[in-house]
Amino acid sequence: MMHIKQEAEERHVLTITVDNEAGILAKIAGLFTARGYNIDSLTVADITENHAVSRITIVTHGPPSQIDQIHAQLERLVPVHKVVDLTEVGPHVARELALIKVAGLGEKRVEALRLADIFRAKAVDTTTESFIFELTGAPDKIDTFVQLMRDLGLVEVGRTGIVAMIRGPHEA
Amino acid sequence: MTEERSGANILVESLVKQGVEFVFGYPGGAVLPIYDALFGDERLRHILVRHEAGAAHAAEGYARSTGKPGVVLVTSGPGATNAITGIADAFMDSIPLVVITGQVPTALIGSDAFQEADTVGISRHCTKHNYLVKDPAELAGIIDEAFQIATSGRPGPVLIDIPKDVQIASALWNDAPAQRRQRYSPRTEGTADEIAQAVEMIARAKAPVFYTGGGVINSGPRATALLRALQEKIGAPVTSTLMGLGAFPADHADWLGMLGMHGTYEANFAMNQADLIVCVGARFDDRVTGRLDAFAPNSEKIHIDIDRASINKTVRVDLPIIGDCATVLDQILTLWGDRKGQDISAWKTRVEGWREKKSLSFPLSDKAIMPQLAVQRLFELTKDKDPVISTEVGQHQMWAAQYFHFFGPNKWLTSGGLGTMGYGLPAAIGAQLGNPDSLVIDIAGDASIQMNIQELGTATQYRLPVKIFILNNEWMGMVRQWQELTYESRFSQSYSESLPDFVKLAEAYGWKGIRIENESQLDAGIQEMIDYDGPVIVDCLVAKESNCFPMIPSGAAHTEMILYGDTVAGTMDDEAKALV
Repeated sequence: MMHIKQEAEERHVLTITVDNEAGILAKIAGLFTARGYNIDSLTVADITENHAVSRITIVTHGPPSQIDQIHAQLERLVPVHKVVDLTEVGPHVARELALIKVAGLGEKRVEALRLADIFRAKAVDTTTESFIFELTGAPDKIDTFVQLMRDLGLVEVGRTGIVAMIRGPHEA
Repeated sequence: MTEERSGANILVESLVKQGVEFVFGYPGGAVLPIYDALFGDERLRHILVRHEAGAAHAAEGYARSTGKPGVVLVTSGPGATNAITGIADAFMDSIPLVVITGQVPTALIGSDAFQEADTVGISRHCTKHNYLVKDPAELAGIIDEAFQIATSGRPGPVLIDIPKDVQIASALWNDAPAQRRQRYSPRTEGTADEIAQAVEMIARAKAPVFYTGGGVINSGPRATALLRALQEKIGAPVTSTLMGLGAFPADHADWLGMLGMHGTYEANFAMNQADLIVCVGARFDDRVTGRLDAFAPNSEKIHIDIDRASINKTVRVDLPIIGDCATVLDQILTLWGDRKGQDISAWKTRVEGWREKKSLSFPLSDKAIMPQLAVQRLFELTKDKDPVISTEVGQHQMWAAQYFHFFGPNKWLTSGGLGTMGYGLPAAIGAQLGNPDSLVIDIAGDASIQMNIQELGTATQYRLPVKIFILNNEWMGMVRQWQELTYESRFSQSYSESLPDFVKLAEAYGWKGIRIENESQLDAGIQEMIDYDGPVIVDCLVAKESNCFPMIPSGAAHTEMILYGDTVAGTMDDEAKALV
């Protein structure tokens, strides 16, 4: 009998600056599927005044040798300017934004609002029976908040995925 | 001089500016404006193939045999999808191609229009880069960059998809060089540290081996010369991948032959026992390494490759040097100077011992022509003409690699990475166009040759004296061999039923047909083929059930080779079967 083998995996945050041209996102996302790499989170937005360059942040996991391959394969794409593995480079800030809709009355509604205050979530929409909270932070903070809201009438969650940046005064 | 020109016209002018001689193509609705721009233009020679796969492979054959990029022109939809196999083939084997595909007009893209396919999407992962052109004003710049990308760094295919309206619409054009975006500049030189470390590793090696690949050929004739020069200083034996044959002369005393699954005993044992492997432009492919955990267990490894993604992909190396083979070899040679390495005579004595195994020997048969013998005779009778050899894929390809010998680069055209049956005939056509005075032979199998048999007509049309030498054993021989060795001789669908009469087929296309049925006709048949001034199919009937040895079964180590005369019994375990 044959069984599929598993290797120990690591989680890495990569930032990729790319030419802002048609199909570039498909090219990058497609590279991951074509070569069997994982995408845990992917964000992309234009970062230049003339809309020429976008920054993509990808969170991936895999064995170290695969992470190295991902880095190399991304670099070899023509529209890719730079790939930075923030997990390799050093301490970095990773943040995510979430919108969390919670519906409830009475004690549950009060508790939701109290927890939101503790987490510094902002109510960006209110009805008499619901809130939409806006929360930014590290992904595990958002995970924790969403978990707490489950008992308090969680309706819907939207998350942006991670954007990340190296700490300190320099560009990574 | 600046003037308004149509997109189609700008395309043609840009191709001329790139020095393109041949365009391999097939017309259709979405490229009619381009074909009209080509009409009567004598600066480009259009080669009309019979199927778009043939266009891509012919362009590959041209590129591989001349070192220049091949150009393909096909229509949208089926034109593009038919060309995809050849594009994927060029991607795997690092062959520079620029492929122009027509597309439905911009306004119809995404509407499931007639002959619409998402060519950019489909080709995304089998091209080095691709473009959808939305404005004829972008064309000149894109074509210039496409040629740069296809031919520099690790070469590969670049596709340009041009909607029909963009071919017709006009833009300002002038014949000044296109403004190039400086965004693609692969590293070509090793750092001083890397070169110093390489020299030090080579200098202390007691059992070094050169393991060379297609990168040496792609790097150009200078890389071949430098490899030979460096080998002369160090004296290490040299083996090569399938793609790298010809970079090192096969009659050199230190030549080990090809390595890997069907490599020689001495090549595989040298790799297994070496204390230093100098890998130049090869990529540790699974056909080369065999079982990874048993691959070259006691060696340090230097890996010279222009593609960073080829480094540490499957085999961890001690010293990666990212750069062009010729440039890095030159750097190493310069730093090496008149240095003396270790005495490697004991190592070379061991290598001689492995040679004694004579792993390419095969039993002769008095009933049928052994296919190995047929290739040997073909080599002996043609070697003085320094022929260009292409192949299809399968047993005949491996026999050609084992028994035909090469002395220089760009003489050996084969589909290595993708393993595309049907490659050889169109590739031979492209090679013949690029080398009009050379003897070009496609060594083929009876099954493979049928995959692009329609290209016989192309050779006829352009009066190309291409030769096809079919080793006809009435089987998909390599499939049959694996079924014999791995699946207890359950020959599922591998018999070539209802083969055509290849001699009559040749004649139907205006070729000469020659049949060789026994050994006494072999030399005369080959000679007749060489002497005929025109295209020839030789249908050489060979022993039907010969296997290709030596062979490292899948999942086995380099030291576990099967040679002729070894008995193979039983079936493989699932782990081995699951490997390709």
